[in-house]
Amino acid sequence: MRFAFTALLALATTVALVFLALPLTALFLRVGPRELVSSLGGSTARDAILVSLKTNVIAEALIVAIGTPASYLLARRRFRGRSVVLTLVELPLVLPPAVGGIALLAAFGRTGLVGGRLHALGISLPFTQAAVVVAVMFVASPFYVRPAVAAFEAVDASVLDAARTLGAGPARVFARVALPLAAGGLGAGAAVAFARGLGEFGATIMFAGSLQGVTQTLPLAIYAEFERDFHVAIALGALLVVVSFAILLSIKLVPAWTRYALTSSFRSATSS
Amino acid sequence: MDALRADFELPLRDFELAVELEVGAGETVALVGPSGAGKSSVLRSIAGLVRPARGRIECGATWFDAGGRIDRAPEERSIGFVFQDYALFPHLSVERNVSFGAPSDKVSLGLIERLGLAHLRHAKPPQLSGGERQRVALARALARRPQVLLLDEPMSALDPHTRADVRAELHDLLRGSGLPTLLVTHDFEDAAALADRVGVLVEGKLRQVARPADLVAEPADAFVAALAGGNLLHGVARPLPTGLTQVELDGGGLCYSADVREGPVSVLVYPWDVALSVDQPEDSALNHVRGEIVSVVTIGNRARVRVGPLTAEVTAASAERLGLAVGARVVATFKATGTRLLPARELRDTPQGSGGLVRIVQG
Repeated sequence: MRFAFTALLALATTVALVFLALPLTALFLRVGPRELVSSLGGSTARDAILVSLKTNVIAEALIVAIGTPASYLLARRRFRGRSVVLTLVELPLVLPPAVGGIALLAAFGRTGLVGGRLHALGISLPFTQAAVVVAVMFVASPFYVRPAVAAFEAVDASVLDAARTLGAGPARVFARVALPLAAGGLGAGAAVAFARGLGEFGATIMFAGSLQGVTQTLPLAIYAEFERDFHVAIALGALLVVVSFAILLSIKLVPAWTRYALTSSFRSATSS
Repeated sequence: MDALRADFELPLRDFELAVELEVGAGETVALVGPSGAGKSSVLRSIAGLVRPARGRIECGATWFDAGGRIDRAPEERSIGFVFQDYALFPHLSVERNVSFGAPSDKVSLGLIERLGLAHLRHAKPPQLSGGERQRVALARALARRPQVLLLDEPMSALDPHTRADVRAELHDLLRGSGLPTLLVTHDFEDAAALADRVGVLVEGKLRQVARPADLVAEPADAFVAALAGGNLLHGVARPLPTGLTQVELDGGGLCYSADVREGPVSVLVYPWDVALSVDQPEDSALNHVRGEIVSVVTIGNRARVRVGPLTAEVTAASAERLGLAVGARVVATFKATGTRLLPARELRDTPQGSGGLVRIVQG
C-alpha cells in the first residue's frame, strides 16, 4: 500500500516532467547548436534582443521604483478597501494580456481616455518603444508587487517599532530596517517579474505593434520569424528558454537573498 | 532626570485601559497582571506606538496631550524600549544594533563593554542566547540616552537557569540608570525582585499600586493576594464569641482566622505561613489540613509542596528530613493569626483557581 502510493507520486511527477521537458528539448534538438548561434546573428534577432533588453530594463527599474514603496504601504497599513486594492494589483496576473493591450489603447490611444489630451500636447504613446515599456509594466508588475507585499508583511512589526523608539523616522525605518529585511522577497519578486516581462507578447503587440528595431521584442520576433525563417524563430525561442531558466534558477541558488529568516516571502498577501 | 507622569485612557477590544501612574527618576515600577490585562498597551501608549483617546503623558516635556492636541511621534519621545522577545535587528551585528540609536560610537561601545558584550560585537542576533539577546536589547535601549526606560516582559524569553542571575544583573542596571523605569511582567517574583513599587493591572484598571512587601501584607483583594503567591480558599465567615472568626469553607470543613469579617470571604494564607508535619502536631495553631501530597517542586533551597488546595513552602532540607514525596500523607498547619480574610469578589479572574475538597479539622 505504501509502496503503491509512492509509485503513484513518482508516476505523476514523471508525467509532469516529461510533459514540460519534451517540447523544450525538441526546441533544442530541432536545430544544431552551431546553427542556433549563427541564427542569432541576423539583424532581426539582434534588433529584437536589443529592444527586449532596453525596454525590459527600463520597465523593471520603474516597477521596482514604484512598486517597492507601494508594497510597503499595502503591507503595513490596514484600511477599508484594502482587499479591493490588493485584488486590483493582482488582476493582471489572471487577465489575458490581450485585454491589457486593449485597455492600454482605450486609455492612451489617440481617442482614449487620456490619450487625446496627451496627443494635443504632442505626446503619442501607442506604437512607440515607450509603449512596450508600459505594456511590460502593466503585465509584469503584479509578479513583483505580490511577493513584495508578502515580504514586507513578514517583517516583524515590533522590529520596526523598535527602530521608531530608537529615534528613526519612518523613512529611516524603511531604508535601514524594512528594506534589508524584505530584500530576499523583493529580489525574488523582481527576478520573476523580469522573466515575465521578457516573455510579454499579447499586450505589447496590441499596444506597441511589432516594428523591427523599435517595438519588436523577442517574443514578437519569434512570431514574425515563424512565417519567414523558422530557424531564427527556434533560435530566439531557445534563447528565451535559457534566459528564463537561468533567472528562475538564480532565485533558488542565491541563498543570501533569503537569509534573513524570510521563509515565507512567497506567501500570498493576506487580504484583511 | 524627570519623573514620568502618565494619566490616560485607551479603548481596547474588550475593555478600556485607564491608567494613572507616576514613576519617579531612578524608580522602577512593575506592572503585573494576567495576559490580556493591557500591560503592553500601557508601554506602547507611553512610547507613542498607540494613541490614547484621552489624557496626558509627560516626562520633562509633554509627549501627549489629547486636549492640547499634542502627540509626539515615537522617535521624538525619549524612550528606551526593551521589547518582548527583544525585537533586535536580525540583519545587523550586535555592535550595529546597539549603535542604531546612539548619539556616538563612544556611547554604544561603552555600553557594549559595560554589559559584557565585547566578545559578541560582530555576532548577529540569531547566533545569541536568550540572556545575551536581553543584554543587547538593554544596551541598545540605553545607548539612545533615553529619559524613560520601558521593559516589556524582559525575563520571559529566558530559561529558568539563567533567570536568577539575569534578574540580579538587571536589578543593578536599573538602579544604576537613574531613569524612571516601567516594566511589565506576568511574574510577581520578577516584579518584586526588580521594582520599588508594583502595580496590579486587571482588565485595564490598576487594582493596587504598592511596595511589593505591602502588596503581600495588605493585598487590596483576593486577586492581588493570589498574584502575590497566596493560597486562596473561599467560604462564609461567622464571628465567634471568642473573638475569632470561623469560616465554613465552600468545599466543606472549617478554618479560623484572627481577622474579623462576616459573610462570603476569601481566605488568604501565604505558603511560607504553612507548616508541614507527618503527624498531627500538638501546637497552638488552629488550622490543620490532612491530605495527600499532590506535587513537590524544589526551587533552590526551598520546596513548594502542594497538599489539597494549599501550597506550602518549606526548606528543601525539611522536605528531605520529613520524606515529603508525592502520595505521602501529611498535615498542613497554619495559624489563625496568619490567616487573612478578604472580601469575596468575582473570582472568575483569580490567577490560581483553588478547588477540590478540603477537610479542615480543628486541632
